[in-house]
Amino acid sequence: MSSADIYREIILDYYRNPRNYGKIQDPDIAQRDSNPLCGDELEMHLNIKDDKVADVKFTGKGCAISQASASMLTELILGKDFEYVKKLTKEDILDNLGLHDLGPARIKCALLSLKVLKSGLYSYLVDKLHDTASADKIKEESSGLY
Amino acid sequence: MQTSFISIENIRNDFPILKRMVHKNKPLVYFDNAATTQKPIQVIEAISNYYLNYNSNIHRAVHELAEEATLAYEATRDKVAKFINVKNREEIIFVRGTTEAINLVAYAWGRQNINKDDIIVTTEYEHHSNIVPWQLLAKEKGAKLEYIGVDDNGELILDHLDTYLKTGKVKIVAFSQMSNVLGTITDSEEIVKRCKAYGARVLIDGAQSVPHLKVDLQKLDCDFFAFSAHKMLGPTGVGVLWAKKELLQEMVPFNGGGDMIREVHKYETTWNDLPYKFEAGTPNIADVIGFAAALDYLNNIGMDKVREHEMELTKYALDKLSQIKGIVLYGPKDVTKRGGVISFNLGDIHPHDLATIVDEDGIAIRSGHHCAQVLMERLDVSATSRASFYIYNTKGEVDVFIRSLNRAKELFKL
Repeated sequence: MSSADIYREIILDYYRNPRNYGKIQDPDIAQRDSNPLCGDELEMHLNIKDDKVADVKFTGKGCAISQASASMLTELILGKDFEYVKKLTKEDILDNLGLHDLGPARIKCALLSLKVLKSGLYSYLVDKLHDTASADKIKEESSGLY
Repeated sequence: MQTSFISIENIRNDFPILKRMVHKNKPLVYFDNAATTQKPIQVIEAISNYYLNYNSNIHRAVHELAEEATLAYEATRDKVAKFINVKNREEIIFVRGTTEAINLVAYAWGRQNINKDDIIVTTEYEHHSNIVPWQLLAKEKGAKLEYIGVDDNGELILDHLDTYLKTGKVKIVAFSQMSNVLGTITDSEEIVKRCKAYGARVLIDGAQSVPHLKVDLQKLDCDFFAFSAHKMLGPTGVGVLWAKKELLQEMVPFNGGGDMIREVHKYETTWNDLPYKFEAGTPNIADVIGFAAALDYLNNIGMDKVREHEMELTKYALDKLSQIKGIVLYGPKDVTKRGGVISFNLGDIHPHDLATIVDEDGIAIRSGHHCAQVLMERLDVSATSRASFYIYNTKGEVDVFIRSLNRAKELFKL
């Protein structure tokens, strides 16, 4: 896809004015990851209450795609059922961003946020809910992200 | 190369890849030469000629093919020795690349000579390949790793070196002769001089300098020198370690195996002579032979002309780039102090986004930390964009690049 299609107004707006940027004190989920190839960094914090995402924040640095993706993902999941968040796919993220046909190098930027989210859910399921079956399922589903 | 008998058009004609289009119909503008350069047809043909006509293993067999291959392989060693002005051909060790050369020294020299509380000095503008091997060694031995800082002009602060040397504990100083990010040309002779006064050994990473500058190792008088073929028109997988004979003789082998031995018995082995002691196993014969064609190519142009062309192009590019509003250029402004490597940031456009946009216009540049995260920290940026030139690049290509940067600004509404 062309640069004009990638760097639309909405992507630039989320890059420059990220929604839900910041940290949560004592979050239920705190997960950080980076892309060693380009150095993009992302940390996500979530609070889960009554099986819903009660709060979500992110911090990070990186390209417009990775940062807009993270910010738009936080908006997508805020207030949603935990079950819904568990089932999010790569296609959901790219649909949400309106970015399709990104090259192999740049698709990693778009999916870093989902990778961080899924890793966070995995730890939460294992450590706090002791639900290894669901955790393994998430791990398996997200193994193809990178 | 406008002043030379060899025109830039002729040079470009020798590089088949420069004729290709990218993104359907955009002529390729290749500005990622600090990562790896393109290869002229002469290099490609030298490699295929070996495989087509005299492919065989070297040094051992007595048949005609082996003899031809051995001669061609060893002829490259002589050419390398001449290219960097080294007296003894046996001091030239073929390795996979600069990274392997530095690791070889850190392992084979370092483990014998670095002890607890010794100091290893490197600089803030090193490539990871000249940091990580020393970190591993320092950790293993309980030695200290210290850094010569970089000033705001992108040059080394040599006072830092003096401070370390005065402790009397510095065993080796390892630095790049040209920064792969800033393009800064290190005052290598001055560093060697200061190190000599304190008996510290010196390793120079010539990966970025040898392809672009005339390098004279007899004049430099360092102890170890490393560089890679693929950054100077040659194939990937070939590099050179040069070291003083007396050091190589004292060092233990890096790899054990065939070709590096004199006699092997059940429980002990005696080493082969230099350089073979450090070339265990079947080496990268084809690519070493290809490297000779790259050296011939550069000699034919002349390294003075290479430097002249790059200085002119770099000056042109720096002038044009500095007119773009919102651009931050890193490294020395004076082109006599730098090579044709230009790192920059443009407004709040992340380098990866910028590289994606200019790529669409056919321009290949680098974006990221350039394997120099210590320097990125020093510059207080997470990444930069980097354009780097070579003998086949033109001012016309720089113009295309500038237009593309302006398009990026428009896309980002800057």
